[in-house]
Amino acid sequence: MNAGSALAIIAFTAALALGLGLWARHGKSMSLEEWTVGGRHFGSIFVFLLLAGEIYTTFTFLGGSGYAYGKGGPAYYIISYGCLAYVISYWLLPPIWRYAKERHLVSQPDFFVAKYDSPALGVLVSIVGIVALVPYLVLQFKGLGIIVSTASYGLIPPHVAIWIGAAVVTAYVIVSGMHGSAWTSVLKDFTILAVVVFLGIYLPIHWYGGFDRMFNAIQAAKPGFLALPAKGQSLAWFDSTVALTALGFFMWPHGFAASYSAKHERVFRHNAILLPLYQLILLFVFFVGFAAILQVPGLTGPEIDLALFRLSLKTFSPWVVGIIGGAGVLTALVPGSLILLAAATLLSKNVYRTFRGATSDAHISMVARWLVPVVALVSVYFTLRGGNTIVALLLMGYSFVTQFFPSVLMSLLRHNPVTKEGAFIGICVGVITVAVMSSLDVSLAKVAPSAPQAFQDLNIGIVALGLNIIATTIVSAVTRRVPSPHHA
Amino acid sequence: MLIRLLAALPFLGILVGSIFLNRVEPLIAGLPALLAWLVMWVVLTSVIMGLIYLLDPENRGPPDGETERSAKP
Repeated sequence: MNAGSALAIIAFTAALALGLGLWARHGKSMSLEEWTVGGRHFGSIFVFLLLAGEIYTTFTFLGGSGYAYGKGGPAYYIISYGCLAYVISYWLLPPIWRYAKERHLVSQPDFFVAKYDSPALGVLVSIVGIVALVPYLVLQFKGLGIIVSTASYGLIPPHVAIWIGAAVVTAYVIVSGMHGSAWTSVLKDFTILAVVVFLGIYLPIHWYGGFDRMFNAIQAAKPGFLALPAKGQSLAWFDSTVALTALGFFMWPHGFAASYSAKHERVFRHNAILLPLYQLILLFVFFVGFAAILQVPGLTGPEIDLALFRLSLKTFSPWVVGIIGGAGVLTALVPGSLILLAAATLLSKNVYRTFRGATSDAHISMVARWLVPVVALVSVYFTLRGGNTIVALLLMGYSFVTQFFPSVLMSLLRHNPVTKEGAFIGICVGVITVAVMSSLDVSLAKVAPSAPQAFQDLNIGIVALGLNIIATTIVSAVTRRVPSPHHA
Repeated sequence: MLIRLLAALPFLGILVGSIFLNRVEPLIAGLPALLAWLVMWVVLTSVIMGLIYLLDPENRGPPDGETERSAKP
């Protein structure tokens, strides 16, 4: 009655989620549109939960608490960017949704193909989208690995736990598609809300006797840790990271496509009021991380993601750890399934179909299902290679998807000043900048050692976005002249 | 115009305001000062978006507007 009970609760949760997925599909014919965008008839609550499903992932649960534990003040960026993203969404999502509905679009690249009349741009956007989704999926698998191996009290080694987690997510997507995600989202949100709020209140009181005391103790032990440092993850890093992630928030292929599932455009405006408040859950996530700082010290590098579970193991009996683990499994399963679904659909519909020529929807749908385990395997490979924290993985993904923002925004204007060539080159420049800088591990401090500190601390994604905008502007200016020969 | 000004406030509060509140002490409402400032803006953003919703003429009339559509079974 120790390790077994925690694992049993987690296994039960996973089985329940699979059951809900099957049940949601019951009696429905699953066309490609049905499987991926839920037939476009979800109301406020469902879109709310789906979009929230994107937000409250393993990233928040383990990554957010781990970052608060390991980095302190810089973790505050996580509570800030969503807010600004919702302000933007109020104006950004309705026109995207209207256009998608008129044209029966299913995925994000469809939008680019239609707006810019360029299948090549669609392929580029698909590939960049998949490249960005992989680290996002990797972080969910990593989270599942941490949860299952910790809750088994070391009985199941992390790499086996990652394989189990990946198998469950894959099975889940194949049986249920989008409907399963929406229903499990409901279950997930209630459990995660309860668990996080409980932990965030209980742990500081249990270990320190209150919030004031906890913060004073941390301030005494590590002065200034809970504000932003002067160098490194400074104010310039904070502002550029918040800006990058706020602009990129709805540029994720799965988030973009989830917005298609709304019944009407006012759904987004309602959500822009409610979702910022939902961000407050993050406060409790931070409290968990802060409580761990002085109680389970010594976790460094990628290990900081373990903070929540290490402290839970130290505090609770196995069945409580099991409930926390179950909630954790759901926070990885729902977003993980949406991400897998998005990646597989992108590959089949927007890459495979473009090269293969016209094929039936049934065929594309079948290819998408076969691609689900393939994408999962690739992600397992990267997960096992390891090395990054959960937050670093997500920020890498963001640096890629935010490169779509300029050409999406401009395409919503009545007279789009950006040409397809401009959009294509701009995205390439941004993405290549991010890829080169992060794979060679070159920081701005190394590139420009004499530049002001604030510049050196900028998030690399924002620098790439700047280069992207410059390239887009220049190439658009050059290519716009070509189709008007009468204009002498 | 008023709507635009309102929408700019969360950006100013979070991106610019933080410059002046980047400190731990004093604890405000039991939280480190910078965190308390950001949390206040999360709540204010919701209030501001509510105001914008009420002021925005787009939100008058039936929700589906010209695109009335019955739910697909």
